[in-house]
Amino acid sequence: MPEPVVTHQNSRETLSFYVAGFVLLVLLPVLNVLPNEDSWLYLSDFRLNQFGKFLCFAILALGLDLIWGYCGVLSMGQGVFFGFGAYCMGMYLALQIGKESVYGSELPDFMVWTQVKELPFFWYPFKSFAGALLGAILVPVLFATIFGLLAFRSRIKGVYFAIITQALAFAAWLVFNRNETRLGGTNGLTDFKQLLGYRLSDPSTQRWLYIMTVLALGAAYLFCRWIVASRAGKVLIAIRDSESRVTFSGYTPWMFKLFVFVVAAGLAGLSGMLYVPQVGIITPAQIGVLPSLEVVIWVAVGGRGTLIGAILGAVAVNYGRSVLTNYFPEAWPFILGGLFVIVVTMFPDGLLGMIRKLTERKKTPAPLIKAEGSTAA
Amino acid sequence: MTDDHLILNCQNVVMDYDGFKALNNCNFSVHYNELRVVIGPNGAGKTTLLDVICGKTKPTSGKVLFGNGINLVGKNAEDITKLGVGRKFQAPSIYANLSVWQNLDLSVKRASKGVFPTLMGRSTPAERERIDETLETIGLTEHVHDRAGSLSHGQKQWLEIGMVILQDPSLLLVDEPVAGMSDKETEQTGQLLTKLSGKQAIVVIEHDMDFVRQIANIVTVLAEGTVVCEGTVETVQADEHVRAIYLGRAKVAH
Amino acid sequence: MIGLDRISKYVVALVLSVILPIGFLSTSTLAADAVPSATSGSASPVNPIEQALIDIKNEDAAVRSAAAALLIEKGDASLLPKLDEIRAEADRATRQAIKPVIDLLKNHANLTSEQADTRRSAAADLVGTGRPEATTWLEEAAAKEQVWWVKYTMEESAQLIRLRSEDHAVKLLAIKKLGELRSQNGLSALKELLEAGTQSGATEQQRALADSAQTSIGQIDSWSWWAGAVETLFRGISLSSILLIMSLGLAIVFGLMGVINMAHGELMMVGAYATFVTQQAFIAWFSPESFDWYFPVALPVAFLSAALFGLVLEATVIRFLYGRLLETLLATWGVSLILMQAARVYFGDLTAVIAPQALRGGVQVMVGVYLPFNRIFIIILSIICVLGIYFLLFRSNLGVRVRAVTQNRSMSACLGIPTRKVDSYTFAFASGLAGIAGWALTMVGNVDPGLGQNYIVDAFMVVVTGGVGKLAGTIWASLGIGGLNKLIEPVSGAVYGKVFILVGVILFLQWRPQGLFAAKGRNADA
Repeated sequence: MPEPVVTHQNSRETLSFYVAGFVLLVLLPVLNVLPNEDSWLYLSDFRLNQFGKFLCFAILALGLDLIWGYCGVLSMGQGVFFGFGAYCMGMYLALQIGKESVYGSELPDFMVWTQVKELPFFWYPFKSFAGALLGAILVPVLFATIFGLLAFRSRIKGVYFAIITQALAFAAWLVFNRNETRLGGTNGLTDFKQLLGYRLSDPSTQRWLYIMTVLALGAAYLFCRWIVASRAGKVLIAIRDSESRVTFSGYTPWMFKLFVFVVAAGLAGLSGMLYVPQVGIITPAQIGVLPSLEVVIWVAVGGRGTLIGAILGAVAVNYGRSVLTNYFPEAWPFILGGLFVIVVTMFPDGLLGMIRKLTERKKTPAPLIKAEGSTAA
Repeated sequence: MTDDHLILNCQNVVMDYDGFKALNNCNFSVHYNELRVVIGPNGAGKTTLLDVICGKTKPTSGKVLFGNGINLVGKNAEDITKLGVGRKFQAPSIYANLSVWQNLDLSVKRASKGVFPTLMGRSTPAERERIDETLETIGLTEHVHDRAGSLSHGQKQWLEIGMVILQDPSLLLVDEPVAGMSDKETEQTGQLLTKLSGKQAIVVIEHDMDFVRQIANIVTVLAEGTVVCEGTVETVQADEHVRAIYLGRAKVAH
Repeated sequence: MIGLDRISKYVVALVLSVILPIGFLSTSTLAADAVPSATSGSASPVNPIEQALIDIKNEDAAVRSAAAALLIEKGDASLLPKLDEIRAEADRATRQAIKPVIDLLKNHANLTSEQADTRRSAAADLVGTGRPEATTWLEEAAAKEQVWWVKYTMEESAQLIRLRSEDHAVKLLAIKKLGELRSQNGLSALKELLEAGTQSGATEQQRALADSAQTSIGQIDSWSWWAGAVETLFRGISLSSILLIMSLGLAIVFGLMGVINMAHGELMMVGAYATFVTQQAFIAWFSPESFDWYFPVALPVAFLSAALFGLVLEATVIRFLYGRLLETLLATWGVSLILMQAARVYFGDLTAVIAPQALRGGVQVMVGVYLPFNRIFIIILSIICVLGIYFLLFRSNLGVRVRAVTQNRSMSACLGIPTRKVDSYTFAFASGLAGIAGWALTMVGNVDPGLGQNYIVDAFMVVVTGGVGKLAGTIWASLGIGGLNKLIEPVSGAVYGKVFILVGVILFLQWRPQGLFAAKGRNADA
């Protein structure tokens, strides 16, 4: 007897993957380049850039979905790993400013006004682009390995883990804010000029960055799907359902948690790395407690436990935010807070769960997440 | 029989929960390929005994010798599982959001259950055949694609038994397998356990005396954390002391 | 015998209470008499004081200073209005001559003021004048002084003035005395002497002074180490109390109800704003004399308004999420965002509450250790809260019901306990506790929308470290985390202090994943 394969769902997901890939990778850039600026088809540089930013967030959301949606381990510190990636790229970009800076010094501006005479040693690797790419992935991965090893090995789980990661986000925010960490303090790193010799202000550079982001998102999605489809992916769900049973099936849950936590951290680093050149600034405000929690709400809104849901949620919430903050700047925290409450209490399966319910009503679909017994520690 | 024939030998096991001794100098042994039933009043320490053997809880003191004299005390649950101890819990403990097949597939005994082998691994035809056989045994062939959470209570119990069987344990610990089952299901469970006992040792905790009579050769009576009597169903039932304990008249001498 | 004893005590008390006021009256009348006599005496032109008052306007600097010296020696506070008058009209040189006279006379008079604080600051101010006359005044005042801290300052000031004396013996004695007094204020002067004495060209006398100064500095330093330790301990306990009051509410809903309430900090903020609003109401509607009463009135207001918010929160959100810990965490986070933004929109960013008179100032418990009343107040409040909760949960009928519901909901329902009501009341009570915490926090900081966020992470660390549902765990953990915070702070700064605490908590959980006081038993990890 063959291993059961849920065929129709997989083929539909594959189809939507190709469609989305085509739209994002071909259609949108073409609409940005070809039509006349006053044509209704025209997609402005600003919009394309904004979309690039949302897709970065989607990569971040994918990672959290793996660890939280599939494995049931809520990390409220993803912003920290995003920040590591972003700062690694930011340091490279800051060093690329060179003599173009306000003070005309080789050192970044903030070092000049905080009287730093020499480049701190940990900035050296980021003189090279390869160093920045490597650092943006490896730093979060290494950090997550150490942190995860300590946390998971000692069986810190559930809310304990959530609270510890939140404290991590808080601590990281405090540290990055300090001037003596030599990372630009509260103002962060900004005023970037060029990347590999290409001007960042140039629309074509931004377009290429956008395309890179789409490709990275595609790769991240495929990678996550591969994990989820493998037996290890099933172990993740099994851990969410009944961690003690998993140990009695001979698996070591903490190793799987650690693995998926590290993957999520790597994805967050990748996301931060792509985010910085497109947005042009990284500050501690983007890596603290609240930004880390926003990732959670993207995934919850989209539908946790489904990869498409994470991507959808990240894009939808951020798009909504960009529209709303334009019209009602003070309303966003209310809406964000309301989203938390409503999604968690009423739509635990998020947007995707709702869509599924509407389209597959006749087949009485199985809920994606169903609380079996109490999760209380 | 000598000690060489013991697959499990618990020596002076004490489990102390803040002054309450769930197990008090418990000595308990099981032979290879034996089907042993443990009975006892509520709070006698039956479940705690299984918890200690399978590594769910660490005893305060004592030894649990398994197979060729490996002490299980201090080992963690997954290592004990790999050594060949399987555990079926009282409340069905399965993966509700996975299909029946996936539940079984995860449980199959494999050389390595580390992260990367699991990530890369594909089921071999031999493994699939075994899963199919097991499905047959536990009567869930029709439900192979169903979400395990949607099964009935009895089916969940059977699924868990199936999962434990696929682990190929040499010692199977079963906690109240027929709780909540219909009479027919109970009888089938009994047959299944009897059949399995030819290949592996099984320890069953049970309250249902009819079921005990159906499956048991030797019964161990546990009370206040210690073994008070061991023998055939008939001897145990005839034992005055056991009756007195059950009726709460006698104290256990430790 | 006992009866007699008691009666005699009453009699003594009665006599004292009659005589003492008379005594005071008589001295005050005497003083009052003295004033007119001094002024009447000044009518005579031969009166030296009158003469000095004229001389001080003299163009000759020598005459001026002689007059000033005389005024300082013989004059008293009654001259002050006159001196002020002269100063107002005088030229610059005269003003300069009069200024120390006024300072000295004023402070001299203040040494016998009724207010202990006035006496003390007068004593401290006299050091600045550096006049040897002041030493006698200070010593006289010190001999009569009752309040030890004022007495101490007087003695210290006298020695500090002596230290500037030209007389070697006097100086030497002053150094020794300052060392005995553990004088913090003398430290810099002593260090100067030490430096002067250790220089190559130092005279024999200077070297002797330096030797003596060295010993005194040693005494002062070791004392201030202890004083610093006591103060750190106090600050740690004070922070711990804040954390404790906060964590108690968190621990109750976490331990008893299985709810992580991330909006707890904002419920605290509600309590703080309730206090603020009560204060504004008192300012608007009541006389300024009764202003201080706003604070006690604000206690029930803060408790009830936070409890009301909690009640609504429980009924609209939490109720649907029982048993789903992570979900309660997320939903309450949403609520906290909404409450914070609401406060920001409605109240603006920064408001503050004026502390009532009784909580301003503080008490000097030993040399170098000053404990502010508002901090002491919070420590006492936290003790009251702990005792209150202990009795409510473990010694009252209500507590038995609450614990029954947490342990076996359906069984409790069967026994006729209204479980829904118990849930909502428990939650409301814990929210009310947050309100009390907010009420107390207005005494140590501003009232702003981020009030809760400042403490919530630490408070959760306390709950995690303490273990779920254990009162003792919460107490020990808040003491540990609060104390550690303040212990590390001076060494590494507040930021790295927080980082160390995080690392510490993680390492601690390696050792005890269930917290300090883990629930034990067969249901421990069910």
